[in-house]
Amino acid sequence: MDITALLLSRLQFAFTVSFHIIFPSFTIGLAAWLTVLESLHLATGRPTYRLLFEFWLKIFGVAFGFGVVSGIVMAFEFGTNWSELSRMSGPVQGPLLAYETFTAFALEATFFGVLLFGRQRVAPWFYLFSTAMVALGTTLSAFWIMINNSWMQVPVGYVVENGMFVPNDWTKIIFNTVVWARFPHMLFAAYLTGAFCVAATGAWYLLRGTFAAEAKIMLRMGLYLAAVLMPIQLFFGHLNGEYIVRYQPAKMAAIEARWQDEKPASEVLLAWPDVANRRNLFAITLPAPFGSLIDSDSLDAAEVGLESIPENDWPPVLIPFFGFRIMVGCGLLMLALAWTGTYLSRDGRLERNRLVLWATFFSFPLPFIATLTGWFTAEVGRQPWTVYGVLRTADAMTPLLTVRAASISIIVFCAIYTFIFAFGIFYIYRLLRAGPVGHLVLPPAAAIPNRPLSIVHEPVTAAALRVPAGE
Amino acid sequence: MVMFWVTLLAVSILIYVLLDGFDLGVGMLFGVASDEARRHAMMSAVAPVWDGNETWLVVSGVILWGAFPVVYSILMSAFYLPVLLMLAGLILRGVAFEFRYRAERLRWIWSASFAGGSLVAAFTQGLMVGALVQGLPISDGRYVGGEFGWFSPFAVLCGIGLCVGYALLGTCWLVRKCEDEVRDDAYRLIPYLSAALLVFLIVVLVYALADNFRVMTRWLDRPFLFVFPAAGMLAAITLAASIQRRQDALPFLMVVIIFAAAFGTLAISFWPYMVPFSITVEQAAAPHSSLAFMFWGAGLFVFPLMLLYTAISLTVFRGKVVTSAKQ
Repeated sequence: MDITALLLSRLQFAFTVSFHIIFPSFTIGLAAWLTVLESLHLATGRPTYRLLFEFWLKIFGVAFGFGVVSGIVMAFEFGTNWSELSRMSGPVQGPLLAYETFTAFALEATFFGVLLFGRQRVAPWFYLFSTAMVALGTTLSAFWIMINNSWMQVPVGYVVENGMFVPNDWTKIIFNTVVWARFPHMLFAAYLTGAFCVAATGAWYLLRGTFAAEAKIMLRMGLYLAAVLMPIQLFFGHLNGEYIVRYQPAKMAAIEARWQDEKPASEVLLAWPDVANRRNLFAITLPAPFGSLIDSDSLDAAEVGLESIPENDWPPVLIPFFGFRIMVGCGLLMLALAWTGTYLSRDGRLERNRLVLWATFFSFPLPFIATLTGWFTAEVGRQPWTVYGVLRTADAMTPLLTVRAASISIIVFCAIYTFIFAFGIFYIYRLLRAGPVGHLVLPPAAAIPNRPLSIVHEPVTAAALRVPAGE
Repeated sequence: MVMFWVTLLAVSILIYVLLDGFDLGVGMLFGVASDEARRHAMMSAVAPVWDGNETWLVVSGVILWGAFPVVYSILMSAFYLPVLLMLAGLILRGVAFEFRYRAERLRWIWSASFAGGSLVAAFTQGLMVGALVQGLPISDGRYVGGEFGWFSPFAVLCGIGLCVGYALLGTCWLVRKCEDEVRDDAYRLIPYLSAALLVFLIVVLVYALADNFRVMTRWLDRPFLFVFPAAGMLAAITLAASIQRRQDALPFLMVVIIFAAAFGTLAISFWPYMVPFSITVEQAAAPHSSLAFMFWGAGLFVFPLMLLYTAISLTVFRGKVVTSAKQ
């Protein structure tokens, strides 16, 4: 494959956006978890919940900071590398991102400040309210981003005027079925990510024999939540399949490695798709009508094969095919683990079963892998289109971008992200290792709002030291 | 509707320049601070607010994309390398706040990345404004100037000028927030930086007037516009007086007025052009359906809230910094 500015731009976007999504998918779940902990603390008055809250707030702070920093890059990358896209779709995508910035960022920044800083300054109910507002902010951010991305997957509610996509029906853009299949799918993915990270941390402490009380709460709450959410998540995943069948037949054919039209269709479980010869090697296949049943909820529906689609409209086959299978595989593993753990917890065997504890501990990468491979499936499967069916990726790129400029930028981003990621992960690891320790009442001076990563050390201002009794 | 969004864009950019300006300036001064106690005090002076300040860059960016997509598309593609450098600088200085406290032996890396990142970000921002003022090669609504089409001595001059300006804002912020040696150092620097900024502004003005008579006639047609530079001059005089009398709170406000005056002068010199002199505000504006959609929610209701949040954040952290050495 030739190294072109187009290829480099695609790689750069894929790299920076993949790096970015790791952190929001973690923090959306964590913010909800923090809200639950604070509610439980208020309801029961048990200090354990407070201890857990303070502990996870630190980790939330670090991950949130990475999300912010890597998110700023995304806001500019649309214009630098995809100037034709940003010129043409600006009237649709720009306002959506403006809503994200206006509604989500402001909310997050302000109330996150209260979380870090305001424990002694505000009433307990207001502190809980602030936690909920941070959770709402992260969720709103995801909401606008999913509308934005869904519009690129299935563009609706627009007309083309003067080479621009001019919105003529915002209701359609925001309230279409594609958004409402995909937004919950992403939201539950984030909740499951939080759930498994929390459960894995609990399992780790139980295996090490430390923080038993906190560990038990984390393990159980994480696995219980996952046990409930995982089936719902699979259901929404299935709903996602329906929009793909209806609007993106080429993506569906690639996901299923289906080369010929079939009626009713069979289902390839595993194979090595041989794109050059348009066939599958080493295929394990369920006979018809399983393919129709899975893709169209029908015993005799016809399913489209890649050969009836012009080859220049094909996405790359391997990435959607394997990405989808890895995602589903992770999902099924998580389901099995969550249900096993929940079953064992009924009579207290869970905490003594070291096999399940080890499995839970090692499960924490699963939701991240599932989220990333799910996005690979969605985004690579959309190719060769940036806005499906109307704007090709090759035409969306900045027209005069050179290989040299694109090489410089991808190298710079890779170097910087690797550098800061290494330090950030080390930092989170140290926090997790130390565990939920420390004094409960965080002095307000030790925390600075608007500074996500700053919770763990202490630049102090005079105003912060003045803690008026009346406030 | 177009007027509303161009005003909001201008306000957001101005807020960004003023707020992130002072913390980028402190970052640059940090690079020349002589000891660890000073560095610590300087960092503490901006630590509580820098992240909120930077949010305004994203706000400006998305308003530009949503309300004036053509301009967003032109500027981002034209400034491919400067934007890359700016982002790299902002990332490195952003994480430096956090990692510097963690590091022991590697602290010098994060000190360097804080100062260097601030310098690079400030310089590239000035460079881009300078290149924009000078004029970018545009054809058919697209940038056609190549990788270095933005490069010119004038743009470099503007890059240096903005570094000086931000450093001045930074010194005034330190005067306001710090005490003892940090404040005294800052007071000593202010006259030099103000003089340098003044020279820079005069050079730019002369250059702009000599180079382009369209700007000149604009000013001669509307003499009341001289109120902006006049306000700037007045603020400069007050600045000098307040330094004489060591009034800690005043210099920062005066430099804010100077910046606002320079910003107003710049905007009015080129009105109604957004990309001088090829694309006007009207030509750049997104379709009405986009502007109206943003107006009835984000613009009318959420924007005032964001201003309120910023005000709250600055109010909460008012007053002098107490460095941990003195606790």
